[in-house]
Amino acid sequence: MMPHDIGEGHIKARAFSYERPHTVEAARAAYFAADGDASYISGGQSLVPALAMRLQAPAVLVDLGAIETLRGVSVQGAMLRIGALTRHAQALTDPLIQAHAPLLAASAPFVAHPAIRNRGTIGGSVSLADPASEFPAMMLAMDARMEIFGADGYRCVSADDYFQDLYQTALEPGDILSALLIPCIGPRHRWAFDELARRRGDYAMVGAGILAQYQGDVVAGVRIALFSVGPTPVRARGAEAALIGHSIDCEAIARAQRALEADIDPLDDPQLPAAMRRHLARVLLGRLLRRLGDEA
Amino acid sequence: MNAPVNPSVTFDRPAHVGRGMSRPNARRLLAGKGQYVTDLVLPRMLHAAFVRTPHAHARIVSIDIAEARRAPGVRLVATGEDLALLCTPWTGTLDHFKGMKSAPQLPLPVERVVWSGQAVVAVVADSRAEAEDAAELVLIEYDELPVLADLDGALAPGAPTPAADLADNLCFQAGLESGDIDHLFAQAAHVVEADFTFGRHTGVPLEPRAIVADYDASEHRLTVHHATQTPFQFQDLYARHYNIPEARVRVIAPDVGGSFGVKLHVYHEDMAVIGLSILCRRPVKFVADRLEAFVSDIHARDHRVRARAAVAADGTLLAMDVEDETAIGAFSTYPRTSAVEGNQVIRLIGAPYRLSGYRADLKVVFQNKVQTSQYRAVGHPIACAVTEHLVDAAARATGLDPLAIRARNVIADDAYPCASPGGYQFEKLSHEQCLEKLRALMDYEALRAEQADLRSRGVHRGIGIATFVEITNPSPAFYGIGGARISAQDGAVITLTPSGEVRCQISVTEQGQGTETIIGQVIADHLGVSRDIIRVMTGDTAVTPHGGATWACRGAGIGGETALQAARKLKSNVLRLAGSILQAKPDELDLVDAMVVDRAGAARVSLAEVARIAYFRSDTLPDGAQAQLTVAHHFAPKGYPFAFTNGIHGCHVEVDVETGLVKILKHFVVEDCGRIINPLLVEEQVRGGVVQGLGAAFFEECLYDANGQLTNGSLADYLVPMACEMPDILIDHVETPTLDTELGAKGCGEAGTAAASAAAMNAVNDALAPLRACLTQIPMTPARILKALGRF
Amino acid sequence: MSAPLPLTLCVNGTRINRLVEPRLTLADFLRTDLQLTGTHTGCEMGACGACLALMDGMPVHACLVFAVQAEGAVIETVEGLTESGAIADLQAAFHERNALQCGFCTPGMLVTSHAILEKGGLPDRDQIRDALSGNYCRCTGYEAIVDAIERTLQDRAARP
Repeated sequence: MMPHDIGEGHIKARAFSYERPHTVEAARAAYFAADGDASYISGGQSLVPALAMRLQAPAVLVDLGAIETLRGVSVQGAMLRIGALTRHAQALTDPLIQAHAPLLAASAPFVAHPAIRNRGTIGGSVSLADPASEFPAMMLAMDARMEIFGADGYRCVSADDYFQDLYQTALEPGDILSALLIPCIGPRHRWAFDELARRRGDYAMVGAGILAQYQGDVVAGVRIALFSVGPTPVRARGAEAALIGHSIDCEAIARAQRALEADIDPLDDPQLPAAMRRHLARVLLGRLLRRLGDEA
Repeated sequence: MNAPVNPSVTFDRPAHVGRGMSRPNARRLLAGKGQYVTDLVLPRMLHAAFVRTPHAHARIVSIDIAEARRAPGVRLVATGEDLALLCTPWTGTLDHFKGMKSAPQLPLPVERVVWSGQAVVAVVADSRAEAEDAAELVLIEYDELPVLADLDGALAPGAPTPAADLADNLCFQAGLESGDIDHLFAQAAHVVEADFTFGRHTGVPLEPRAIVADYDASEHRLTVHHATQTPFQFQDLYARHYNIPEARVRVIAPDVGGSFGVKLHVYHEDMAVIGLSILCRRPVKFVADRLEAFVSDIHARDHRVRARAAVAADGTLLAMDVEDETAIGAFSTYPRTSAVEGNQVIRLIGAPYRLSGYRADLKVVFQNKVQTSQYRAVGHPIACAVTEHLVDAAARATGLDPLAIRARNVIADDAYPCASPGGYQFEKLSHEQCLEKLRALMDYEALRAEQADLRSRGVHRGIGIATFVEITNPSPAFYGIGGARISAQDGAVITLTPSGEVRCQISVTEQGQGTETIIGQVIADHLGVSRDIIRVMTGDTAVTPHGGATWACRGAGIGGETALQAARKLKSNVLRLAGSILQAKPDELDLVDAMVVDRAGAARVSLAEVARIAYFRSDTLPDGAQAQLTVAHHFAPKGYPFAFTNGIHGCHVEVDVETGLVKILKHFVVEDCGRIINPLLVEEQVRGGVVQGLGAAFFEECLYDANGQLTNGSLADYLVPMACEMPDILIDHVETPTLDTELGAKGCGEAGTAAASAAAMNAVNDALAPLRACLTQIPMTPARILKALGRF
Repeated sequence: MSAPLPLTLCVNGTRINRLVEPRLTLADFLRTDLQLTGTHTGCEMGACGACLALMDGMPVHACLVFAVQAEGAVIETVEGLTESGAIADLQAAFHERNALQCGFCTPGMLVTSHAILEKGGLPDRDQIRDALSGNYCRCTGYEAIVDAIERTLQDRAARP
């Protein structure tokens, strides 16, 4: 949701200076040269409106768009490496993403609208870590690792450790999310994604993605990630535990739905009461699990 | 008057009227060559931005503009005091609303702010960005006052009053009563009742409000480029409030990016911009950005209605009894007021039906929110939803089918003329015909059978019906008698040009509905020329005669009749002149395909040749021949005070009872707007209107917190209807021309919005009926639907 | 530090060199510096689609790109698409079907429609509506727009 700090009628950004470095090192240097009064920009689909409304007003904007090392999608061993600058739209068309991270591809049509997807970057979305966004939650579901360029060079952080609080991640000031490393799915994986939104492309009331590994009919491993149910994307660990070692039948689904109660703690909002979000999360989980079960 | 000269020959073949023609002026818009006020750049033009208050109610303690004045690019920083020296105050009341009151308004406040988002200080700079930079430097100290943000609080004794010098928060109160209500309810077999809540919503035209004021001190002359529906209304207002002779004020409305009622009210910023241009002696532009639009454009609806109906055992509707409370802003909108909507609600409830008794009570109540006023289908959606919900409730109580109970109770097609329960005079409506056409259009019985079948499989589909009556073609009874200088007449000047083409300058205006196209169609038929050689000009007080312009569905009915009569007059002059040239009797001549023809249909002389002779060879004309090839005509509706239209909607939905999400499967409309000039445009008016009604039904609501803060004032958070959620819409027509005009056209622009939300509400309730859930609040959000279902 | 920066890009086939303030959006740059006012701004936050233009062949919100970010880019606006004739059939279909009223959303609608047509295939009405999900129109109710796009898709598919 857009922050509501209206009352002053701003729609043109405050003046800033603009840098467009070609390396991550130069980008960090530009960032720190501004004494912390800087922002990185990649696709800008969330940042530009915030600047226009003057909700943010950095002195320097460091554009990551010209850094070639942040581009490209490749398979590296058992991992799919998605450069941070990869556009949302590429998740719909890139054959490597479709083959190795189909859950990400399945969530992509739900991210905003076509023109936003043409410009927005996956790395930008995961950096912002909006708790109502699809991609951050899918990183959790896919057990992705975030490759970060920081003070000590590159490091990797697992999705479980990356999302910390509302808009707070493992990124330190000046850090650059350089790539997303996603374990390639195998033949025994199944996945499902859906969300409940009032209009196509809106932030979902509740959304979820599931990535399950089967052994025969039995779930050997599963990760369930929900969004719009709290200050961060949330893993439904209780629901996961309720499924592991079982085939997905009505009983297992009911068990997972019951366990979900303790997994999430949605915010109470006059328009979307917490109790309603809980109800919707339960309904959505049930539908997704039935979909997985039907495929079995 | 102006009867056809010789109806026996080829006159008045409707070669154009009644045909679906696309709009000549749309090609320009398709090429990206529209010229909107937002696009306009004038030499030395400056840009205004406003500092807005974050408080819904506060006293202004101090304003410090010193630093802002010194900011780069700044030409002027103006406060309420500065503009109060130039502009006289305005008060949004109408004399015929007895007892109505409202506080006087100035462009910018000098003492108190009364809604969150109200403009307080204006900054004028070389660019909008620089104006915004300086606006950040303005320091305003406020003393917060108690905020009135809900109806109950406003009506409580001792409630704070948002407007100075008013004793209480009641802007206007009215009542209606006919028949022996108490007796009718006492003897009724069934009494059905419900409490309704209608969410506050807003117009959201895609082009925000935009104005460029250009004051020329050397001539004491003001030109205003204004995205508005009503240039003459604003010419009058700017002239009077800034004390500039009317003839020196010109208002130009070029292409306007949608309005729907939003752009015909006085806005404080717009009034301020006139003063800013006077102070700067330079053109000043202001475009409300989208966030500003949400906190400063008029809002509408926001009603709470308690209603009941008395019903006989056989399903006959006996009486309705309603109380409507509507929350407006802290003052009444100028010059059309904030009371018209409520007034129309209580007069339109029950309007399609024969009732033996009707009682209504209206309270229009101030609070600390942005002003409300007329937005598309003023009051109709509320009246319609209340009425049609009660009718469905009566159907359930008596075991009748929703179409059957309506067929039993609508005013019969042969019962006209007659009066409505609320006192409106109806010339002729066609409820029965519309109802039967809707039944066929929907394939109603098949839909019911499918519904029953799907219900057994856990799929919850609903069918909703809503009958409506719409107010169009208002006479001076609407505003004129209330003292507002809002014209109910329109004027046209029509000219045969030297090359034998036709130019029409007419006071009705265009915001994309096709005004210029239909005026051209009317002229083409009544002058005997092709539409292609007619140029219609609108939207400039220096170009057209004075007129009311386009609102309340008057463009086709009143504007069209004005054009028809003007074309007749010109044709008469042309034939008289042709008669002189040809030595023939004018009444034996006619105009066909731009040729003067004789009784036998033989071409005698071309229109172009007549024009050539008149303009360039008047020396060859016989003595006494009159070459009057420019004529003016004004037309004001007489007879019925309004031309009422009617119709009926059907809505087909599927409710996901686990998520509260509703899929609108299809929507159906049968409407009767009298003579249809252009069916393509009528149907598109209806479709666009339906979607605005469906937006209200499911999505749109201005949400305020207890402090009077709008919490969803952006296009990301205020949900407008988008393509994916909207259905295809099937439309059929009945044509009952009004006999008050020769053209016979009534309005159609609000028919879609009037009943769509009512039909949608009935459809959702029809779907939920087996689950014993019922909603009487719009928008019907997933939260409200799930709540009604007891799901959380 | 926020001094104007040099910008070179290609707009509607013409190479453009300008100095621009970094805070200027591409939409404002097109509208004010280049007088290409066919690109409209309805919300300036990427929610309405009125400002869509093609950037390197893909529709983007010109209000969500700073002009300086378009360095080296190829931009096409409704004016360019009109002059090249690339959407003449689409514009004719919009006109015939009256798929516009006030015209303010129309340039954005045409840019999205052009992308639908360029993508190829024969999407059904639901898919067309889905592709239009980011384009707000307050006037038409969308059906006529869907009709016009569907018609153009069919006409192009039928073309030899």
